[in-house]
Amino acid sequence: MKPLNQLTVLESRDLLVKKEISSVELTTACLDAIEIQDTKLHAFVTVFRDDALDAAKRVDKEGITKPLSGIPLGIKDNFLTFGQRTTASSSVLDQFMPPYESTVTNKLKEAGAVITGKTNMDAWAHGSSTETSDYGPTLNPHDLSKLAGGSSGGSAAAVSADEVVAAIGSETAGSIRQPASWCGVIGMKPTYGRVSRYGVVAMGSSLDSPGPLTKTVADASFLLSIIAGHDPHDATTSSLSVPDYLKELSAKVTSLRIGLPKEYFMSKTQPGINELVKKAAKQCEKLGATLIPVNLLDPKYSIADYTIIQRSEVSSNLSRYDGIRYGHDRAFFGDEAKRRIMLGTYALSSGYYDAYYKKAESVRELLKQDFSRVFESVEVILAPTSPSTAMTVGSTLNQSMFGELADVLIEASSLTGHPGINIPIGSIGGLPVGAQFIAPHFHEQTVLNIAYAYEQSINWEENKL
Amino acid sequence: MTYQLICGAEIHVELKTKSKMFCGCKNDPFHAPKPNLYTCPVCLGLPGALPVPNKKAIENTILLGLALHSTIAEVSKFDRKHYFYPDLPKGYQISQYDQPLCIGGYLDTSFGRVNLTRIHLEEDTAKLQHAEVDGQKVSLIDFNRSSVPLMEIVTEPDIKSPEMAKEFLKKLRDIIRALGISDCDMEKGSMRLEANISLLPAEALAKEGSLPPYKVEVKNINSFRFFANSLDYEFKRQADILDLGEIPLQETRGYRATSNSTVSQRTKEDAADYRYFPEPDIPPLVISLAMVESIQTRLTTLPDTIESDLVDAGVSQSAAKIIAQNPVMLKFVEQVKTLNNKFIVHAANSLVNKKIDPTQLTPAKFLESLESAKSRKITDESTLKPLIEKVLADNPRVVADYQSGKSNALGFFVGAVMKATSGQADPETVNQLLRDLLN
Repeated sequence: MKPLNQLTVLESRDLLVKKEISSVELTTACLDAIEIQDTKLHAFVTVFRDDALDAAKRVDKEGITKPLSGIPLGIKDNFLTFGQRTTASSSVLDQFMPPYESTVTNKLKEAGAVITGKTNMDAWAHGSSTETSDYGPTLNPHDLSKLAGGSSGGSAAAVSADEVVAAIGSETAGSIRQPASWCGVIGMKPTYGRVSRYGVVAMGSSLDSPGPLTKTVADASFLLSIIAGHDPHDATTSSLSVPDYLKELSAKVTSLRIGLPKEYFMSKTQPGINELVKKAAKQCEKLGATLIPVNLLDPKYSIADYTIIQRSEVSSNLSRYDGIRYGHDRAFFGDEAKRRIMLGTYALSSGYYDAYYKKAESVRELLKQDFSRVFESVEVILAPTSPSTAMTVGSTLNQSMFGELADVLIEASSLTGHPGINIPIGSIGGLPVGAQFIAPHFHEQTVLNIAYAYEQSINWEENKL
Repeated sequence: MTYQLICGAEIHVELKTKSKMFCGCKNDPFHAPKPNLYTCPVCLGLPGALPVPNKKAIENTILLGLALHSTIAEVSKFDRKHYFYPDLPKGYQISQYDQPLCIGGYLDTSFGRVNLTRIHLEEDTAKLQHAEVDGQKVSLIDFNRSSVPLMEIVTEPDIKSPEMAKEFLKKLRDIIRALGISDCDMEKGSMRLEANISLLPAEALAKEGSLPPYKVEVKNINSFRFFANSLDYEFKRQADILDLGEIPLQETRGYRATSNSTVSQRTKEDAADYRYFPEPDIPPLVISLAMVESIQTRLTTLPDTIESDLVDAGVSQSAAKIIAQNPVMLKFVEQVKTLNNKFIVHAANSLVNKKIDPTQLTPAKFLESLESAKSRKITDESTLKPLIEKVLADNPRVVADYQSGKSNALGFFVGAVMKATSGQADPETVNQLLRDLLN
């Protein structure tokens, strides 16, 4: 048997049910991996060692009665955990002990999961590197001189380095898919409104989508069914019923039409990445899918559009940290947060609103129409996730638009609220390369199935690194 | 120079729904036994908390809109209004900016019509209490009121005088109370008033639609009388400035009841830029015709209509006014009407003049007592006629008065007959016999 911390969710569940391992053994293996590796990797902001072992002991006593009974997970530090420190990697919230639980972590705890700790992120989820965290950057497990990506960099690195069985992240535009791509793991961003935002420190409220980061597509399917669904505390969640994604998971993709958007294979993308994505497309064709060249609006337009909308919402969402509560005042905001507050405040100011925010909303509508048009002829879109492999530590310094450029291939489908998944498809120079599948709203099953079909058909270990 | 007062009103009214505007917390800030009792992550504005709109509050706002002839929006939305203040935990108030629930509408007064601009829905703020704790001056925040549903009614600058303002505000309050959607208690602050006041030189008035180049906003008004007083005070203050050929400063002023004056609080230079934008946490509200129709069925008859209906039924104007504004009395009269519509006037007079307590007597019992009193009355003409003849014979001078045209002499005779029968004679029969004998 492989070391316990390397197990997937489904493998752990199987072994726990058969009583071949205990939750305490599994949880201890993960906590030990954190202890050994995390001094360098820094995937976690806070580790709940005692709480996690207590929870594991309870499961071992009570038995495996729930879907996630006894399985250790890492949670991005912007999900509020009742009575357990939650900072969103900002020292403004350094001592914040939430008096309530987020819907997602509540569902996970109800399903029996053991929460080992809170993973590092760009402060307030502002970034695509985890380098803007007030607690220091998370490094890439494949190369410690490289960044993990972000903002869910801690979750991606923790999964990649087997510090957890799986993790939860959140994406505004790229924050799940991009670090998953750089760290070589599965990252599933569901449709906006599929998973509740209640209890998640808000970044871009019209975009934020929580989702799983896992070692396999089956794990992502399993976790998504647990965390998805209508929430009476979040008026933007859909009342559509949640499928059993794992049960419906199928590698049969013979009638699937995959669109390859010409504009997403950019000439400025790091050499080798476009080729690997095309190779993955060929692999899908071998499995019976049909490849269809399609055209989408040039992704460069989504950079400006996303920046205006997200900065505006950020400036509003951070207003509540006015220094009266939470211990630390506004002086504790980092440079990135301050820049975003200023830009967003400017964009929403009287006299500028029409030129910026309102126009950005119109462009967002055009992007939605653009995707709808393409989804008339294909079931799913395949494109590179990131224009580069993991970048060197320090890359974000003096690059105030770092994140927006790193996520250029993800922003449009985030603005439109479509579901997308990152899967590892190879490597360049020892660093993982990812591709993303994007589907129409609430067609999570479509992206999971094609990702699963691809995953099952190749030598996974080689792809994953 | 002579000037015309130009005034528009902004009225905030807290809705008395069971729960708050965006969370399930109890909406009862005035009766809470202690501060910060009715709170949750949402109304405390904690990180990650999300607002979910209160359907009842939306319906009640639409109900007022229907009562005031507003157009109900087919699509409405909430917006964030940003400003920093310790009683506003999110740094923004969820309000409505460019797509309010109710558009236009009007309310007629005896001085003319007051057109409405809009009625929108928002959340109330928390309440600051300035106190001394351990010898230190501190400001405490009570979140019981945070996120209580708050309607804002905005009028056009159609109010022309303090008297018109008073009548408009009273009528508006009576309507809101009749609809049962708020107590409009100004002392507690569940109804709050603001006036936008300016003056127009009389000659400019002739020009259709011309408005003064400034306006003064007066806040902190907690009674209709103070509202009227603030108009009086501002009229004099602004007239003095205009007489000097100057234009009054565009500013926000506070009303001071102690001195019956207004004091400058904020000038235009430091006016806030609220940076409104659509609240991304709440999807736009689509208001169907079916929803409006179902709310329409809740539209009870309004005080104005009730009053004129009662007058039409024979009730005196003064009694009708009192009953129309008193839901308990009104219910009693309406029940009497359903049981026997001949007794509306009796019921009205008993309530207003004889001060019978409608909570102590059921309408059925009331009618019973009337019937039994009636059955005991002497209606027999052969019994009454000799008595009447005697009264007439005893008072020849009054008879002469009557015949010379003093018709109120009739009352004297009715009174005398009633006295002679210890009140047992049926007044209608006595009246009829008296007329027959005198003419």
